[in-house]
Amino acid sequence: MLDFLSRERIVARPGYSRWLIPPAALAVHLSIGQVYATSVYKSALVQHFDTSLTRVGFVFSLAIVMLGLSAALFGTWVDRNGPRAAMVVAAVFWSSGFLVAALGISSDQLWLVYLGYGVLGGIGLGIGYISPVSTLIKWFPDRPGLATGMAIMGFGGGAMVASPLSGRLMALYDSGYDSSDPGSVASGGAVAALFVTLGLVYLGFMLFGALIVRVPADDWAPEGYDPSEKKQNKMVTDASVSANTAIRTPQFWLLWTVLFCNVTAGIGILEQASPMIQDFFREGGSSTVSAAAAGGFVGVLSICNMAGRFVWSSTSDKIGRKPTYMVYLGVGVALYLALALGGSTSIVLFVALAGIIISFYGGGFATVPAYLRDLFGTYQVGAIHGRLLTAWSAAGVAGPLIINAFLDAQGEPGKLVSGDYRPALLTMVGVLVVGFLANLAIRPVDEKYHEPESEKKEADA
Amino acid sequence: MSEQQKDHTENNKENHTVGIAVSWGLVGIPLAYGLVETVRRAANLFVG
Repeated sequence: MLDFLSRERIVARPGYSRWLIPPAALAVHLSIGQVYATSVYKSALVQHFDTSLTRVGFVFSLAIVMLGLSAALFGTWVDRNGPRAAMVVAAVFWSSGFLVAALGISSDQLWLVYLGYGVLGGIGLGIGYISPVSTLIKWFPDRPGLATGMAIMGFGGGAMVASPLSGRLMALYDSGYDSSDPGSVASGGAVAALFVTLGLVYLGFMLFGALIVRVPADDWAPEGYDPSEKKQNKMVTDASVSANTAIRTPQFWLLWTVLFCNVTAGIGILEQASPMIQDFFREGGSSTVSAAAAGGFVGVLSICNMAGRFVWSSTSDKIGRKPTYMVYLGVGVALYLALALGGSTSIVLFVALAGIIISFYGGGFATVPAYLRDLFGTYQVGAIHGRLLTAWSAAGVAGPLIINAFLDAQGEPGKLVSGDYRPALLTMVGVLVVGFLANLAIRPVDEKYHEPESEKKEADA
Repeated sequence: MSEQQKDHTENNKENHTVGIAVSWGLVGIPLAYGLVETVRRAANLFVG
């Protein structure tokens, strides 16, 4: 049975279409992307456990921290055992996380929700997130940015699917709940039933991905692909760097800083999107932007986040990874400045600026695996990516901390004016400048870090 | 390439075309649902 999961059993036969691999990756990423759709039932859990929003919110923060930790810890295991084993393990953890959390809700035990969704689910998130990355890069050596962009776009899309679906399912399980009424709160039983449903649906969906995923044969290359073209670019290596060695290179930590800064700055807007647009257009105590329109703004940002993952990551195949991050961070500085200083002059301008910033935020996630491939080779790119994702966990803590600290000093979001956001936004400009400089300092990895060809072959065997 | 090999390759391609359509459909339909729902929500920004 376990042999069925092994890397050797899923080597593609000649003629296997590589276009079957992105749906496998999307099946996993669409499932685990649910983690960003938790706001739908947060109030229901607060009411059910009769506790604070902070204690319920901790479940989801814990899941993101576990994502980073498990991706870092199990990355080498994922690379060694292949995508099918990794997807199955991720599916089991992610699904059992929902089931244990459902048990916690039904038995009024909040700690079981922490253990289920936060710890078990978080481990599933981390393994699932990195499971298809190195496989996609190997199938698409000519367009790694496009390939990883497609998969990581699914992570953004997962929340867009889970959010309305969860609302409808809770309305089905609790007749007193109206998903279209923001004041309506579902019962704990409805959330437990939702968790059981999602756990089973995601298990099936992720196993489907595991079933169709294949790794290319060692001598496989796409038709018409000429690896010598890749060699002309000094920033793209054909050597191999192991995961353990990669974390000793300055390039790894510079890229860690780049990802950390890009994510921190993006979270600055995402964290407060809805109250922020209302505050920016407040005149004499009341906002010209209604609560419904502010909800629409969050929807626009979700679309920009998802689109940015695909569009910018694909573009990076043409213009190169380093210039792409120059755009994310350098143009990001200009856009953040424009938002801080002139964002309140027009709603259209505000939405356009925030939308592009968030598309850069999404693009940063999707482009980073291809950047790692360029610098460290394909050898253990999944494991290196896993370790780099600790930057995401750190930014998930730092971003909200920065923005909330500044806004708390001004008053309560939802009752502020545009000027109150200026210190927080200008701080984010500083964060982006640090990221820009870190990216500027990235050079090809020194040859002393490259794996000797013989050792790499032995490890592969 | 022998006739038998050619037939095998042709069959393989056909199977893959169906497989690709089904696989993309399975992930594309939920993604399209999510996108439509989000666009409907986003429309509130312009009418609200």
